[in-house]
Amino acid sequence: MNTVYQIVVCAGIVPDPLQTLEPVASPSGPALKNEMMLPAVLDPWASHSLYEAANLAKHLPGSKVWLVSLGPKAKLQQVMMTVAQKVPFELVALDGPGGGFTEAAEVAAMLAEAIQAIPGLDKSKLLVFGGWESASRGAGATMQMVGERLGIMDQFQGVDELKIAADGSLEILERIEGGKHQISKCAGLPALLGWATGNLPEPKNNPQIGMVNMRTVMPALQKAKPVKFAGDGLSFVNVALPKQLRETRIVKDKSPDDVAKEIIEWIKK
Amino acid sequence: MDDGVQTQIERQRMDADIVCVGFGPATAGFLATLSKQLVNADGTPAIESAVMPGLPPQVLCYERSDDIGFGVSGVVTKARALRATFPDLDQAQIPMATPVGEEKVLYLLDPHGASRRSAALRLADAFIRAFQWMLPFEQHGLKLPWTPPFLHKHGGMVLSLGQFMQWAGAQVQATGTVQIWPGTPVAKILIEDANPNMAQASSPASSAGVSPGVSIGSGALPQPAAGTDCATLTSRSKVVGVRLLDQGVDKKGNPLEGFTPGMDIRAALTVVGDGPIGPIGQQLEAHFDMPHDHHKRDWAVGMKFVVDLPENTALKPGTVLHTFGYPEPEIFGFLYVHPERVASLGIFVPSWFDSPVRTAYRYLQHWMLHPYLWRYLQGGKLRSWGAKTLGESGRRGEPHLVGDGYARIGEGSGSTNVLTGSGVDEAWATGTQLAEAVLELLKVKKSFTKENLEATYVKRRRASWVEREARVAEKSRDGFQQGVVRGLMGMALAGLTKGKLTLGGEPVQPWKRIPSPEEYYRGKIPVAEIQKLRKECTIKGVSLHGVLMDRLGWPAIPFDGQLLVSHQDALLMGGKVQAPPGYADHVVFLYPELCQKCGTKICIEACSGQAIAPGENGVPNFDREKCVHCGACLWNCSQPLPYDSERGNIAFRAGTGGLHSAEN
Repeated sequence: MNTVYQIVVCAGIVPDPLQTLEPVASPSGPALKNEMMLPAVLDPWASHSLYEAANLAKHLPGSKVWLVSLGPKAKLQQVMMTVAQKVPFELVALDGPGGGFTEAAEVAAMLAEAIQAIPGLDKSKLLVFGGWESASRGAGATMQMVGERLGIMDQFQGVDELKIAADGSLEILERIEGGKHQISKCAGLPALLGWATGNLPEPKNNPQIGMVNMRTVMPALQKAKPVKFAGDGLSFVNVALPKQLRETRIVKDKSPDDVAKEIIEWIKK
Repeated sequence: MDDGVQTQIERQRMDADIVCVGFGPATAGFLATLSKQLVNADGTPAIESAVMPGLPPQVLCYERSDDIGFGVSGVVTKARALRATFPDLDQAQIPMATPVGEEKVLYLLDPHGASRRSAALRLADAFIRAFQWMLPFEQHGLKLPWTPPFLHKHGGMVLSLGQFMQWAGAQVQATGTVQIWPGTPVAKILIEDANPNMAQASSPASSAGVSPGVSIGSGALPQPAAGTDCATLTSRSKVVGVRLLDQGVDKKGNPLEGFTPGMDIRAALTVVGDGPIGPIGQQLEAHFDMPHDHHKRDWAVGMKFVVDLPENTALKPGTVLHTFGYPEPEIFGFLYVHPERVASLGIFVPSWFDSPVRTAYRYLQHWMLHPYLWRYLQGGKLRSWGAKTLGESGRRGEPHLVGDGYARIGEGSGSTNVLTGSGVDEAWATGTQLAEAVLELLKVKKSFTKENLEATYVKRRRASWVEREARVAEKSRDGFQQGVVRGLMGMALAGLTKGKLTLGGEPVQPWKRIPSPEEYYRGKIPVAEIQKLRKECTIKGVSLHGVLMDRLGWPAIPFDGQLLVSHQDALLMGGKVQAPPGYADHVVFLYPELCQKCGTKICIEACSGQAIAPGENGVPNFDREKCVHCGACLWNCSQPLPYDSERGNIAFRAGTGGLHSAEN
């Protein structure tokens, strides 16, 4: 197989899930308290799709990965210093809000426009990857709308595995209800895959990859197109975090069964 | 994995012009100054790279923590050096920054009678209580009516160092001329010797088979070969770069599936700014030794909370409180108020606090609960938490600042001023001084030899306010070696006489000061009872300090789940402590037999993250997942190495993870 792929990964940034997130009301709608102070990470769902894309490109010489990312430029820059050591890609940056309180349709429109503007893009070689969900709000609709705007009819969501046959057809493992997978076959490109977790571990940091990526990352950030959202037709009735009650104890010498039993007892109390 | 095996591994190599170790205030100052002058306004290189001709110099910085700004420190600073770098600095652009407002120094009395106070202090306490009606005394706290000018920070800033470092990192990287890579610890310094045989002579366990004439600094602090004159042999050793940490290994560093050997980064100049307990700084000191009469014996661990103050707080942004006297006379405290009802607060536990159960966390909670402070904190909520070591030897702890191919900046280079309690400003200044020197050398195409770096960087540093003030401060805290009262008097004397008069003698190694719990509590807790408690704690796998403090009358902490939380919850809710898989333990007990004979196990008692616990056969267990990388175990160890009395039996090596909060 000597197929050459053009893989475009849509991956936004989200506040680091380890931080304490607190929704607040702002003049422009809901926001996260101190959002610009919180460290950000590449959306974990989309990160998996980036690693899968890089792995695919690695095994198909001549293939290339673009990372299309929408977020506040300063935060994008910060996140790229972690991500850029992981896998090779070329960044396409969009400077806009990244808090998760944006309309999925508007985000999709911006992403699709940015993808269409990538020089030399050939739809017959195009695979669009992204996260099936998002850690910021999880509308689960953005990637589907990106595909629609790009005119890609073959779409797969909740993907855990992609195999490419010798004839160039795709075999895709999708999550479905009941904890099961569905195997789909797709004759060829273009296709859009919204990834679940995939099967690949987070790649190790590689300084050489970082050096190469930075030749495109900084220029991409410097010319990042500012985007603004109208927010028409979108209203939030209520934004809140679930209440939590903590009682932390770190144990390492118990079986998962015993831990589960203890948690059940605790919940019952 | 032993060093012999490690050196046989084939490693990738990458060449840069300058490689920096650690992204703290010093490196930020260095990069902020350097990055602005590498490229002309039209985008062409102002200076050409030696490794990539036609491009500007390739400048790389490797930071061990998961992101820049994940360190810890509440800071009040005069910000002189910072303003010199950014003359148009707008504080509003730095989250949590605010101008210094009211400054107070408070002497806190003990409301519980549980602290250990000298006769002089007890007398002073009785006097204060008797005459409280005529003193600025309230809620068991005395506001000092006068404080010496050298302690003031008027005109300065209250900062969150985490937020400041994120801001500084963004400024630096926006220039596009330097790269800062977080989550990438530097494991070793690469040293090339003029005499190819020297590597083996100076570091037998770490050098064989690398490449001709190249040795690697070893985190294991190998014993020099008998009869070897290291000073002579290493006099022309040259630093040629760094080695990054191996990935995909087990606890001991043995390769696992996915093993990725740490890459060698070669550079003409290695800038070492990895802080007071940084492994690269330690390796340089082990290889090149310290200058005559210099040593690092004064330390402290600083532990802090970042707190959302109650809505009705009376504390105004910019308020700066410093305390002493409680929870133990040797423990100092601070509370700095940021904008929007946020405060950084915490304590410093110094190495000259002779208690063998010097737990910072429990003491921090008692400090917060002091009536003077609790009235401001009650109803507050924990946002962030962390701990770090402070190198408090100041100029006396200054290592060789430069050598062929390397320069040292920041706290690890002895820049902290121990009299004024200022470190960030000084560290930043040393970074800018080095940057100016490097630019000077690059422009005239001079190499980074020891002589050239001395004629540029060291010369600038010696002529600066950093040096001038460091000389005043150099012996100012020696009095603390003989008690708090003498220490405070010594500080005042040194400050007011510009360092001409001081009290006290040469500091001793911390291990010489550490008594066993049985000795420390003699007359208060029977030996048999301590031994029984120790046995019970060992079986439970917990430290001893909690039960001993309970026994001495310290009240229980009334956990509220918001601000007064368990130590483990502070790690999770506050520090968000992380330990990425696939890395070796960075805390290593070098000689188990020394641990087995150790009576104090102070590493367990002092551990800021409860990451060190009693282990089998008397050797403590280290749990990387709880470590906040404060490094207190390194200098608290009570067991000196048989061949080096300045070092203890714990190696603190390069490691990933730790604190994962940018609000500290």
